Amino acid sequence: MLTLAIETSCDETSAAVIKDGREVLSNIISSQIDIHRKFGGVVPEVASRKHIETINQIVQEALDSANVTFKDIDLIGVTQGPGLVGALLIGISTAKALAYALGLPLVGVNHIEGHVCANYIEFKDLEPPFTCLIVSGGHTYLIQANGYTDYEIVGRTRDDAAGEAFDKVARALGLPYPGGPVIDKLAQNGNKKAIDFPRAMLEADSYDFSFSGLKTAVLNYLNQQKQKGEEIIVEDVAASFQQAVLDVLVDKSFRLAKERKMDKIVLAGGVAANQGLRTMMEERGKKEGIKIFYPSRILCTDNAAMIGSAAYFNYREGKISDLYLNVEPNLDLS
Amino acid sequence: MKVLALDTSTMIASCAVLEEDQVLGEYSLNQSKTHSENLVPMVKEVLDNLGLKIEEIDIYGVAVGPGSFTGLRIGVATVKAFAHIFNKPVIGISTLEALAYNLPYNETIVPMIDARRDRVYTGIYTWYNDTTKTIMEPTVLDINELLDMLEAYDEVVVNGNGSTLHRETIKSRLKDKVRFSTMGNNFCRALSVAELTLKKYRDGYADNFYSLVPEYLRESQAQRDLKKKEQR
Ligand SMILES: [Zn+2]
Repeated sequence: MLTLAIETSCDETSAAVIKDGREVLSNIISSQIDIHRKFGGVVPEVASRKHIETINQIVQEALDSANVTFKDIDLIGVTQGPGLVGALLIGISTAKALAYALGLPLVGVNHIEGHVCANYIEFKDLEPPFTCLIVSGGHTYLIQANGYTDYEIVGRTRDDAAGEAFDKVARALGLPYPGGPVIDKLAQNGNKKAIDFPRAMLEADSYDFSFSGLKTAVLNYLNQQKQKGEEIIVEDVAASFQQAVLDVLVDKSFRLAKERKMDKIVLAGGVAANQGLRTMMEERGKKEGIKIFYPSRILCTDNAAMIGSAAYFNYREGKISDLYLNVEPNLDLS
Repeated sequence: MKVLALDTSTMIASCAVLEEDQVLGEYSLNQSKTHSENLVPMVKEVLDNLGLKIEEIDIYGVAVGPGSFTGLRIGVATVKAFAHIFNKPVIGISTLEALAYNLPYNETIVPMIDARRDRVYTGIYTWYNDTTKTIMEPTVLDINELLDMLEAYDEVVVNGNGSTLHRETIKSRLKDKVRFSTMGNNFCRALSVAELTLKKYRDGYADNFYSLVPEYLRESQAQRDLKKKEQR
């Protein structure tokens, strides 16, 4: 079964052709990052304009590099939300027109679910159940995946998403947007014990996260150093900050996996590309006898292949949308 | 030659099908459901009722603006996808020109679309040689600026949601020189887009489904702010 999938939830225009939910025949991603960088972040109206300029070209490239035509496609998948409303609308409008005119079933996909499904593409034998940590610029969820489309949200952020905290700290350090990858790189050359930033573990039994206190602590530290006229070692700040984030993410993930007697922890979302997170998870996994899964870097970014995978698994379970499908900018996992 | 045209520039979603010089159907809805939800089901309903398959459409037309940025993109994305699948020609029509086309009069025709904060998207048109002729290209103006301009004319016909919104101001400034459109010709209807699409196609004009984009007439706020910053 061939799925043509479209993803336009933020600043990447992407289309992909996926076979049986697991095999990528093509995954074309056009990033707008250079355009948004000069604004210091994603500008929704600018993103929407760029999406409509490129969407048909990207779809055609996805078909061409998969060596198929519209006639070969069996299913249309599209990101329904969460995301920027204007950006999502380009993908949804295109996908609905395709599904109708080609007479194909349509599945509106939860973007966060898509990130989880990136792992089904990466690991052909991976099957639920597993514990999954989803971290990106917009989301931080700790979930228990009980089936391919059955998720239980056990923990979530109460304020900033983990990736958001990276971006804000990066901005305070005068680093370019997006901040996550830059901090990750700098952290590799810094001393993670140089500064003792707080770890917000919250209540003893809580799986929720909170990163705004940590962000404030970093800002306070930077201001104090400046006032004292003392040098700020960017690498050390990056390493100490990143470690504070990772300690919480890793600790809670393992606590949940053990509580649910899982032998697998799956990482998903943009921050799953973070080298520090991957290394720390794997080291701890070895000690605890828990296997760690994370997608290759390209599948960690926003991409249509993961949406195609999620569309396929939803379709298989009869979760099909109709032509009235609309965007859900605040869609939650459920 | 069958034309399918859409207009989603304003709150009204409109879909029309034309065959040569005959109207096959038009469906326009002014309601609160969003265009993204309704548009494709609307197209399906019109075609189903006409017993037509979408494959039978030869040319696609779409109102490309000015208008609601989001609305325009929904219409344009939808039509681009149709044209793409069947590799058919697509033609983008100015929303203001299509509005002016509702009014085949020899006077000065001034369509107006609300652009918020007392501004309107507008242009000046007249009827010439069986079609709409552009006198002033689409632009965005403060309503009073536009009326300053229009005071010099003897007879003016206005339509569009901007003319409804600013009806009292327009009346008080232009007095008996101005005529307002009937309701049927007051909104952005796909039938006018379809007719203009067919005319332009016969004149040898066509857009490309890859490159067709809305004509916003205004940069985004962020782009304007950035320009200001760079000029400093
Ligand atoms: Zn994402």
